[in-house]
Amino acid sequence: MDALSFTAAGGGPAPSAWSPAVERGEAAYQAARRQRRNATLIALAVLTACLLASAWVSEAYPATLLAGLPRIGEYLWRILPSLRWDALLSGTDTEGSLAFWFYRLDSWAWLLFETANMAALATLFGASAALLLAFPAARNLSGGVPYQLARRFCEAMRTVPEIVFALILVWAFGVGALAGILAITLHTAGALGKLFAEAIENTDMRPWDAARAAGASWPECCRFAILPQALPNILSYALLRFETNIRSASVIGFVGAGGIGEELYKVISFNYYEEISAIILLVILAVASVDLLSERLRHRAIGALGGAT
Amino acid sequence: MLELQGLGRRFGEVAAVDGVTLSVPAGQMVGVIGRSGAGKSTLIRMVNRLTEPTAGRILFEGRDVTALRGRALRDWRARCAMVFQQFNLVQRLDVLTNVLVGRLNHRPTMSSLLKRFTDEERAMALAALDRFDLAAAALQRADTLSGGQQQRVAIARALLQEPRVILADEPIASLDPRSAKVVMDALRGLNRERGITVLCNLHHLDTAREYCDRIVAMQSGRVVFDGTPAELTAARVRDVYGVDEAEFEEQAAAAVRRSAANRAAPVAANAA
Repeated sequence: MDALSFTAAGGGPAPSAWSPAVERGEAAYQAARRQRRNATLIALAVLTACLLASAWVSEAYPATLLAGLPRIGEYLWRILPSLRWDALLSGTDTEGSLAFWFYRLDSWAWLLFETANMAALATLFGASAALLLAFPAARNLSGGVPYQLARRFCEAMRTVPEIVFALILVWAFGVGALAGILAITLHTAGALGKLFAEAIENTDMRPWDAARAAGASWPECCRFAILPQALPNILSYALLRFETNIRSASVIGFVGAGGIGEELYKVISFNYYEEISAIILLVILAVASVDLLSERLRHRAIGALGGAT
Repeated sequence: MLELQGLGRRFGEVAAVDGVTLSVPAGQMVGVIGRSGAGKSTLIRMVNRLTEPTAGRILFEGRDVTALRGRALRDWRARCAMVFQQFNLVQRLDVLTNVLVGRLNHRPTMSSLLKRFTDEERAMALAALDRFDLAAAALQRADTLSGGQQQRVAIARALLQEPRVILADEPIASLDPRSAKVVMDALRGLNRERGITVLCNLHHLDTAREYCDRIVAMQSGRVVFDGTPAELTAARVRDVYGVDEAEFEEQAAAAVRRSAANRAAPVAANAA
């Protein structure tokens, strides 16, 4: 009857109808909600203030943004190829055909292949170096000076962007893919060294105790007690890094370190608009296909790892 | 002869082991019993220096092993093999390689890193596995085996070290009664046949009485009883621990479960 009467009354019974426990609970609920709302508002205000401050420091004014936006569109419009339906599949001599747009496909394809090879080699070298660095850089296996050295070295290597390494190495080794490979290797060693070390830190330490108790040396303990446990993660990180390195290798040519980047830089600086879009499209296609391939590979490798490590 | 002289270990203000003096003749099977925090585990881990003593010394056949470093320390560890409560096998590795870990001390590091074990070593490993009826499982991953089987693999690993001493830290605490019997029989067999000295932490007084030549009881890091199983009567247990046997075992079992949970944590607190 109670429920009925309060729907009938429309506004519900007077608050006094509720028991003190309900009223206390309701008051506490309201207080908690007020407190949460206030906390959210304060956090939002602080965030907004920080955002405005950083925009002011970095001169990211909305007016500049608005003024620049149309120009992005303009540039994109310019690099679009002028294709014609009737001539789409004609030869390289006909303006408006696909073949005309990609008239240097052969050399670009070669450069892309070179880029992928740079990434693969750099990933291989970098991951090998990282594997050696990761054991002294793991908190659970190492300590003191070796730990600090390995950690700091990894930090230094991954803090410096590849392009900076490339600039230095191009100066040393001259223009070409070698400088690019070494630059990406250094950065990869630093980035993967930290990730591998974390994979190692997450392993079960009981086999480590057992190997030590059997009189095994430190490298043997790493090899037999830790590596088999960490290997699936290590492999997964290395293949992920390969995908990242393909992207890095595509731009590292901007400073003369080999790959498709050199060509891209050239056509951008000479304002060969249609070639820019052609190359960018090729890079996107290449990166996408490597992504797909390496994802498959990663899953298969982890599955196949089974016991044979 | 294994001698512990005034051996002690402090963790901060707490003395886990406090002035333990024991001398164990070669070929003896010693059971170490005690309750939670009695220091049995620390004591046994100090013998092969997985835990460093903070006081006293350990002599093996007159040689001070407390001062050993590097190669010499690893050689000592190979001569006193250890069997763990949680077996401590590499779960993702096959059984055979797990057993061959016991061989690592006896071979050059470089060829070990490439996993190039010799035919003789493989034969040794298979023979050790066969002794415990596990030769057929040699190529299986360790995590496909039951607890009792894993502990036998761990004992086979210990055997490959060709040890003079086996330290067993609660070897049967994680096993069902039947597997426990198989494992204790295996340790007892090695002790009898090969004259290997066995130092074994246990929390079942009956197991200790059944298998050991000598029982050492610990309380708060000190030895409170040291004698033959026959001397450790129920009355003596009440004297020493102030509780009856069933209560004592219950408390000891609780301690074992706690320490197992601690050691299973992914990142161990103490580094190399």
